Amino acid sequence: MPCKSLTSFLPNYPGDRSSLIPLLQKAQEIYGFLPQEAVHDISLHVKVSENEIFGVATFYSQFRFCPPGKHHLRVCLGTACHVKGGEQILETVKRKLEVEPGQTTADGEYDLERVACLGCCALAPVFTLDAKMYSQMSVLKLQRILNEHETA
Amino acid sequence: MNTKQLDEARRVAKVEWARLSDNTEPLIYFGTGTCGIAAGAADARQAAEDYLKETGKSARIIEVGCIGPCYLEPLMDVKMPGLPRISYSNVTPEHARRILSSFFQDNEITPFHLAGSHGEETLDKVPRFFDMPMLKPQVRVVLRNCGIIDPDDIGHCLALDGYSAIAKCLTSKPEDVLDIVKRSGLRGRGGAGFPTWKKWSFCRSAPGDQRYLICNADEGDPGAFMNRSLIEGDPHALLEGMLIAAYTIGASKGIVYIRAEYPLAITRLKRAIGLMRELNLLGKNILGSDFSFDISIKEGAGAFVCGEETALIASIEGKRGMPRTRPPFPAIEGLWGKPTIINNVETLSVLASIVRNGPEWYSQWGTETSKGTKTFSLVGKVRRTGLIEVPLGTTLRQVVFDIGGGTAKPFKAVQSGGPSGGCLSAEFLDLPMDYESLASVGSIMGSGGLIVVDADTCIVDTAKYFLTFTRHESCGKCVPCRVGTMHLVELLEKICAGKAEMSDLDKIDRLAKVIKEGSLCALGGTAPNPVLSSMKYFRGEFLDHIVNRRCPAAVCRDLVVYRVIPGKCTGCQRCVSVCPTNAISGPRSEPHNLDPEKCIKCRSCYEVCRFDAIAGDAIVIEPR
Repeated sequence: MPCKSLTSFLPNYPGDRSSLIPLLQKAQEIYGFLPQEAVHDISLHVKVSENEIFGVATFYSQFRFCPPGKHHLRVCLGTACHVKGGEQILETVKRKLEVEPGQTTADGEYDLERVACLGCCALAPVFTLDAKMYSQMSVLKLQRILNEHETA
Repeated sequence: MNTKQLDEARRVAKVEWARLSDNTEPLIYFGTGTCGIAAGAADARQAAEDYLKETGKSARIIEVGCIGPCYLEPLMDVKMPGLPRISYSNVTPEHARRILSSFFQDNEITPFHLAGSHGEETLDKVPRFFDMPMLKPQVRVVLRNCGIIDPDDIGHCLALDGYSAIAKCLTSKPEDVLDIVKRSGLRGRGGAGFPTWKKWSFCRSAPGDQRYLICNADEGDPGAFMNRSLIEGDPHALLEGMLIAAYTIGASKGIVYIRAEYPLAITRLKRAIGLMRELNLLGKNILGSDFSFDISIKEGAGAFVCGEETALIASIEGKRGMPRTRPPFPAIEGLWGKPTIINNVETLSVLASIVRNGPEWYSQWGTETSKGTKTFSLVGKVRRTGLIEVPLGTTLRQVVFDIGGGTAKPFKAVQSGGPSGGCLSAEFLDLPMDYESLASVGSIMGSGGLIVVDADTCIVDTAKYFLTFTRHESCGKCVPCRVGTMHLVELLEKICAGKAEMSDLDKIDRLAKVIKEGSLCALGGTAPNPVLSSMKYFRGEFLDHIVNRRCPAAVCRDLVVYRVIPGKCTGCQRCVSVCPTNAISGPRSEPHNLDPEKCIKCRSCYEVCRFDAIAGDAIVIEPR
């Protein structure tokens, strides 16, 4: 994959290790995940081996290594969401879309992420579909939202 | 810009602010923090805009941050000329139209979804907003501007004395500022409660000319959102605090390390930093003084352990976020080997108020050893959820019952301090919340997450939840933490599955001790707290799971059954249609059958039976 768009950003970042995580974040913003080619380019720029970059990237939960789906689902499993049934929300998404957290559905439509906390604890349980956040979820409400989204 | 010019800018801002309270044009406020938007504030705002367009009325719409009572969101305030600002709660787009039409067409203050009026003035049949049970016992020091000002308008901040504290500091010596902080009794609000002035003085006496100030906004505790709300509602409180801290310790570079999961907070911070630059509140020779300071933002990449100081520094340096041994402490040898102070968002955000009003003013609240106020995110099974601020030493009972309104089902416990904290039972309701009292009963203050649980929550399951979290977030450096938490989770899973023996409790005890003693950082050192405290205060519930193979709260999936109560079932077939595995069957108008073999316990039938008007609470989830 040509990494032209990332290369054009490289000069804005100092060529040392302090830029590593910001550049990985930029690459993920552009491609939706971290393609090996992008890691290669970053490696040359910040002078850290690709091997070590993968070591850093896999440490943080933000980074993905496979292409995302067209739509991004995040189920919050913070404490408040957990005690209010977040686990059942995650189960329902998994069952309905046949997808595991960290993966993308076979048709490439949805990817699923379980997150530690979205900071909307007072409105738990919450989940997000792309940029929209849905609060005070129930299994039924979730099914309705997913059905409507799939048909739309 | 120098101090004189800042004073002039403030004078203009105050006139502008006074115009808002003495308005000739109607004002409509929306609380559009992340929580408000999630609750539907953007839709309500759109409805208000549409209403104004359709009716040809004019009004100014102002977006503010979260004012605290999240359970009332979305909140919409209307301020008509000659009237105080009046808040309305749980406003859907339809409600917004109805409320606005009563103001604009009927010239009436409608009681529909009315929450209360702001300010001193009292109106007939309108309660005062800040008199409501959730807000009245609170003392808003850090949160003083949240939900009141437009966070993107630096004029609002200036009008309410923003940046007057740094101006005052710049005319006095750093030692004097340090003394003010010392006398205020302020302790770190990130959780450990180390005296702020002491940490600063270590850094001041460290050799070297380059010093760093880092704001830890990596609010990783699941169930806590104080820092997010604060930054979204009043970013300038934090930024002015950073100026004060940097001036005192002699730092020229500041970094806000903030979670990437908080996009709105990041946007507002960036905007606020831009506005500060325009006014020379950042950059070279701030306000004409010798003090130069700049702030950059680093987005965290999602690792709970990066809340630990040395891990946070490793992360900024582009490494895996793994803690290292201390000493040397970051105050002596931190970022890039230079003296570095890392303070929590709340610690920094309170500084300006302390400098403005004096240390004695701040220390009027709190206990002998824990001074001032503290914000908490009050969530879980409590009636009134939200962001609160109370004097330290306030009892759990006051917080959970007076402010939070108690629980619908019988109260069971409060978890403070998140995954590092403990689960406190009803016997501790009169415990004052201060650093020492909470530690004495096996919990910690933590950053301020308070999760209330009721009879419907299983304590073993909650402990398992926290340990699953710490197992996942363990950085892997220390074996007791990496492997120990894994085994703790396995033991708890065994209990939840009804397959444990009594000897497993002893195993947990021994393992917990090893993890606590053998881990380098606080993540491992406190990881067993949730299970130890819950085993201590809720032993009966553990025994029920082990001896009777029973989960009294009917939560642990392997220990519950779903059942239809024939006498209650109306045979409406709602549950039949939602069941994903065809476990429920039965003809219309006759009680349905639920096949436990096919049931995957997904809760769909339970919900439909509870919330559908035709159905009638006929499906129950019971301990097996």
